[in-house]
Amino acid sequence: MATQSEYLLEAEGIHAWYGSSHVLHGIDLRIARGQTVGLLGRNGMGKSTLIRTLLGHVTQRDGHIAFFGRDCSRSKPHQVARMGVAYVPEGRGVFPNLTVRENLLMSARPGTDGRADWTYERVLDRFPRLTERLTNLGNQLSGGEQQMLSIGRALMTHPDLIILDEATEGLAPLIVTEIWNVIADIRESGIATLIVDRDFRRVLAHSDHALVLQKGLSELAGPAADVANDPSLTGLLGV
Amino acid sequence: MDLTTFLIQCLNALQYGLLLFLVASGLTLIFGIMGVINLAHGSFYMIGAYMAYALAPAIESSLGGGFFSVLLVGLVLSVVIGYVLEWAFYSYLYDRDHLQQVLMTYGLILVFEELRSLLVGDDVYGVQIPEILAGSVPLSEVMTYPVYRLFVSALCIALVAGMFYVFARTRLGMMIRAGASNREMVQSLGIDINFLYRVVFAAGFALAAFAGMVAAPVSSVYPGMGNEVLIICFVVVVIGGIGSIQGALVAALLIGFVDTFGKVIVPDAAGVMVYLAMAVILLWKPDGLFKAG
Repeated sequence: MATQSEYLLEAEGIHAWYGSSHVLHGIDLRIARGQTVGLLGRNGMGKSTLIRTLLGHVTQRDGHIAFFGRDCSRSKPHQVARMGVAYVPEGRGVFPNLTVRENLLMSARPGTDGRADWTYERVLDRFPRLTERLTNLGNQLSGGEQQMLSIGRALMTHPDLIILDEATEGLAPLIVTEIWNVIADIRESGIATLIVDRDFRRVLAHSDHALVLQKGLSELAGPAADVANDPSLTGLLGV
Repeated sequence: MDLTTFLIQCLNALQYGLLLFLVASGLTLIFGIMGVINLAHGSFYMIGAYMAYALAPAIESSLGGGFFSVLLVGLVLSVVIGYVLEWAFYSYLYDRDHLQQVLMTYGLILVFEELRSLLVGDDVYGVQIPEILAGSVPLSEVMTYPVYRLFVSALCIALVAGMFYVFARTRLGMMIRAGASNREMVQSLGIDINFLYRVVFAAGFALAAFAGMVAAPVSSVYPGMGNEVLIICFVVVVIGGIGSIQGALVAALLIGFVDTFGKVIVPDAAGVMVYLAMAVILLWKPDGLFKAG
């Protein structure tokens, strides 16, 4: 897509509310094209709310959000998705009443630049375990299979940015490693990612930039290596 | 009961069951996907039947083509009306509780009945069976079966097949099923859920109105016809399992047979047979035959 902005996502002064509770208090976040950004913070500090606000799911919000320099501050979720943003939500969001095949094909579409390299066959190639389960319903899969399905489905929308919220939650260690390999592949392929995960060391190891939230504010932000060495990090994460 | 009578009753039951399904499928989809209890769904059936009656003279003089033009124009009109109704009324109901939904959709029944009374009056009217379909098929030396009823069944079967194809095989069908289970995720995949809802609603309206149109020559059109259908359709939806389209088909056919044969075998208790069937099925399966999602 031909635009001037060097940033894929620019969010400034993001506020969000759930009813009367003020959850985000003015967060700035920028993601350059192809960049991997880690989002850290203890439980309840606003990570998921920030993601859901960027995606347009939280309607009580304030601040400026732009994708590719185009204002999306008041966009609806499907409009944000159509800007080239894919979402792999906490809990995976696999449709339980659709088969694996249907989950993948339902929303497949070329990217904003016409890219269509993540075909159905390529996704199955990358996630061979899904091949054996094509006619199974989403709720008949293991957690790891669901996670692969959710990531595969995101790839088939040919996004410029994939947002992964707790992608390794509740999975066996071997599967967790496999998911991190996939994340590394996605990074390699030039798709930008925003990662939330409990394992902050792995998040920092896989990210270019990182952001640490506390009580709805961004307390620490910068290149991942600097954040990793910051003395306040362990205090902010409570580890 | 001899074999011919049995066959005739089977055909009647099939035709009634299929018509019920056309109406009930919209009701169950609108509830299963959008979470709206639509008490005005019976009115959609009535609107269809009255369209078949009221549009006929105007269409005959302008377009020609008789009943088939009426069906076609009526179908297009119902899609439009359904689309507008969703936009003007139903789209405000999705995030509201059931009490508000019931109040508004009940209010719509009153509005539709009043409009019918103002526009067409309160008399009972017959609708003519199109000439080509006016004949009868002989089944035995003395018994015949009307061609029009066979036509209605065939039309319904075609529609049911088309519907299941869309639902099970197309991307639209996948999106609709996905929308019933996780609305937020559907949106995050770039699908405009409000448009999807509008399409489903318009289709549900059109199916109910279409059932009313094709039933009109058999049943004639009369005030309150929508409410009778509504009650029996709720029975179908509950037996089938709320939100399940397969369930609605099985339940509609079951009710068609129970009702038709109930009238023949136990005429004194015909009125309660359907409800008895519902009670027995719900005792056996409290969530209905096919529990959705």
